[in-house]
Amino acid sequence: MRVPSVVGMLTGITISQIYVPDQDAALDFYVGKLGLEVVTDMAFGPMRFLTVAPAGRPDRQVLLEKPGPPSMSEETAAEVRQAISKGVAGGHLFLACDDAYRTHAELKEKGVEITEEPVDQPYGIDFGLRDPFGNHLRIAQLKQG
Amino acid sequence: MGRTSEDTNRWMLRARDAMDRAYAEPLDIPTLARIAHVSEAHFIRTFRAVFGETPHRYLQRRRVERAMSLLRSTDRSVTDICMAVGFTSLGTFSRVFRDVVGESPSAHRRRGPLPPAPSCFAMAWLRPSSFGEAPQA
Repeated sequence: MRVPSVVGMLTGITISQIYVPDQDAALDFYVGKLGLEVVTDMAFGPMRFLTVAPAGRPDRQVLLEKPGPPSMSEETAAEVRQAISKGVAGGHLFLACDDAYRTHAELKEKGVEITEEPVDQPYGIDFGLRDPFGNHLRIAQLKQG
Repeated sequence: MGRTSEDTNRWMLRARDAMDRAYAEPLDIPTLARIAHVSEAHFIRTFRAVFGETPHRYLQRRRVERAMSLLRSTDRSVTDICMAVGFTSLGTFSRVFRDVVGESPSAHRRRGPLPPAPSCFAMAWLRPSSFGEAPQA
């Protein structure tokens, strides 16, 4: 079934969100190991609004959200943390790089948990990894066109 | 045991990732328990508590999933595919495949080739943990 689109209303995807149980540990990984940059790190009362993006691409941010009050009860946050650690919290990130083999080697050297070695796919070369909490990432060197 | 249940889940996830990665190898319980940092005695029970199925069943489903893809994207023989995904007996492969998918490998192949990218692209990236299996009895 094809749903007709309303034309011209939205112009981009600016921020996507994943759950991380520990925002400082998330910075160690996403900035210290993957090399993303912090775009926003602000305290809004009980909430720390923390986003990262690839260097020079603040138009594509990832919100690193810690599950907990006020947006959810501590009981619900515990369930979300369980889901993250089982790899089912939905925090899939798909990232692009220029040289998959080199990026893979550098991350492996830094002790990043690689789940799948680089594979030649019809769309390019990519490999799989997890963040320290259980979120799944893939990094791809995409074919042009 | 200073380990939280989240730590335990995370270690079990490492063992499950190893199955996803090395499904074609003869993975045994001692190997997987070592990856998960638990004793062999605890491994099967803990894995089942975390993921809702035994490691053996998960590995079988992973192998069947790969076989489903190979059946529809290559012209390799059923026996060849059975061995390529890690089964050592064609009889076991056929029985497990039928149990998981609800039809035989050759019937599944008759569904025809899988659509080209971008569907393959999405499938390879977002490999679902459930993939059109037969309903649970």
